[in-house]
Amino acid sequence: MRERVPRIVLHGVLIIASVLMVLPFLWQIITSLKTLSSATAVPPTLLPEGHWANFGKVFDLLPFGTQFLNTAITAVARTAGQVLFCSMAAYAFARLRFPGRNALFAIFLSVLMVPPQLFIIPQYQIMADLGWLNSLPALIVPGLFSAFGVFLLRQFFLGLPIELEEAARIDGAGPWRIYWSIVLPLARPGMVALAVLVLLWSWNDLFWPLVVNTDPEKMTLSAGLASLQGQYQTDYPILMAGSLLASVPVIAVFVFLQRQFIQGIAQTGIKG
Amino acid sequence: MQRHRVTEALWGYAFIAPTALGLAVFYLWPVLQTAYYSFTEWGAFGGHTWTGTDNYVRLIHDPEVGRALVNTFAYTFLGLLSIPLAIVFAALLNRKMRGVGIYRTFFFLPVVTMPVAVAMVWRWLYNGDYGLINYVLSLVGIDGPNWIADPDTALYALVVIGVWTSVGYNLIIFLAGMQAIPADYYEAAELDGAGPLRQFLRITLPLLSPTAFFVSVVSVIGSLQLFDLVFIIAGSGNAARANPAYPRLETVVQLFYDRAFVTNDRGYGAAIVIMLLLIITVLTALQFRLQRKWVHYA
Repeated sequence: MRERVPRIVLHGVLIIASVLMVLPFLWQIITSLKTLSSATAVPPTLLPEGHWANFGKVFDLLPFGTQFLNTAITAVARTAGQVLFCSMAAYAFARLRFPGRNALFAIFLSVLMVPPQLFIIPQYQIMADLGWLNSLPALIVPGLFSAFGVFLLRQFFLGLPIELEEAARIDGAGPWRIYWSIVLPLARPGMVALAVLVLLWSWNDLFWPLVVNTDPEKMTLSAGLASLQGQYQTDYPILMAGSLLASVPVIAVFVFLQRQFIQGIAQTGIKG
Repeated sequence: MQRHRVTEALWGYAFIAPTALGLAVFYLWPVLQTAYYSFTEWGAFGGHTWTGTDNYVRLIHDPEVGRALVNTFAYTFLGLLSIPLAIVFAALLNRKMRGVGIYRTFFFLPVVTMPVAVAMVWRWLYNGDYGLINYVLSLVGIDGPNWIADPDTALYALVVIGVWTSVGYNLIIFLAGMQAIPADYYEAAELDGAGPLRQFLRITLPLLSPTAFFVSVVSVIGSLQLFDLVFIIAGSGNAARANPAYPRLETVVQLFYDRAFVTNDRGYGAAIVIMLLLIITVLTALQFRLQRKWVHYA
């Protein structure tokens, strides 16, 4: 089937689609470099103008640097926690024998079936009871645990050859040694796939940060940007500059780790 | 031997302990609590009292819930358009050709971009007076509406953003599905003289139907939970009330956010998400039943 579609038609269709995909980003960049008056000129000017001051204004309107740090710390902590805790549980479910293993695994999986909104009110109550509202732990702690991560890594571990582990056991290595120095190094692709998904999800999440942290100093970028929208509805050049600064880090990570991102999604079909 | 068994079991529990505890405290117990809260009413100072099925009775008679359900269902149904689009573009990209990687990256950019940022950019594109879309339309003599503030267009404008962000994601899954189809099938069809369109319809589509089923289950579940995009597009609080198109945009999860965390009517908020859980369960079960009619398992 491959050769018969003329290449020009094929590229033509794909180029039109690509333009539709990229155009909003280009317009975002162009607008972020305009003054408000030229952004609202009719007809619009199509070329960027080098009005870099908008990017500085984002830092005046929001504690942007702090929010950037909050977002980064949360994303890194959740990713590290999930990769560690999920891989431990996944290893136990894949390789160790203990009473109740299948029942426990089924209970873990049942968490996957529930829409996340059902966790939020009680999670909020827990944070309030601990006095953690408006703090980084509120952003991080519930996100350290994931049934999805356990499931993803367990599938991955089951696909690894068992011979090395058996050899190590005969040599007298305990489960922790086997997990840490044999299984983890072999499982790196699976863990990278989980890490990039958690990173993406954590960086971009809105609902939970919006609910627990209402102090601008403790917000993530998603929530901070959303708050800007309410107050500065019409200053689009500043909104475009802010949204660009907030989304570029993950886009950059994606460009570097594209293969792992795509593998992670193709394997699991779940975004986060 | 026996001792060895016991040690292994203890290690097993130790390995799952952190996640088991975390899931129990932050996920499993909360589901039960939410179910309980849905039968309570919350006072101004955080206490709550048992009110039986009051919240559910109120839910059934609340016109705002009805509206949010209609909007959410419409968004979910129209959003399925992303699936045929993703299949077509996956088919176009599923070959050895220059630039495949770059095209794939372009399709995937919206997937990895923060939804809040995506929604802001589209809000600007849709702007009635200064938006790029209306400018382009004016070049061909069309006087475009104020897309997201016009009750007739707002929901469709939202669907366009939803499809734009999800095509790349679905495309990746379909590409993986297509690459799993053995090349012999196409070679055999070629020998029998089947053209590209016929091969696509008779080989690719049927063998891809399990993937399409999976994607449709996942996208329905995701669409029913739409929040981020609407939160930015429609606004919240007073800004939202001022938008004449708000009644056509508000989704179930946005209503939940509003009731549970803006007006602090947590019991009612809990009832709304229990309703969402039931809807998701029913629609997913329905899709599993209907799959017998169109999904071919090889």
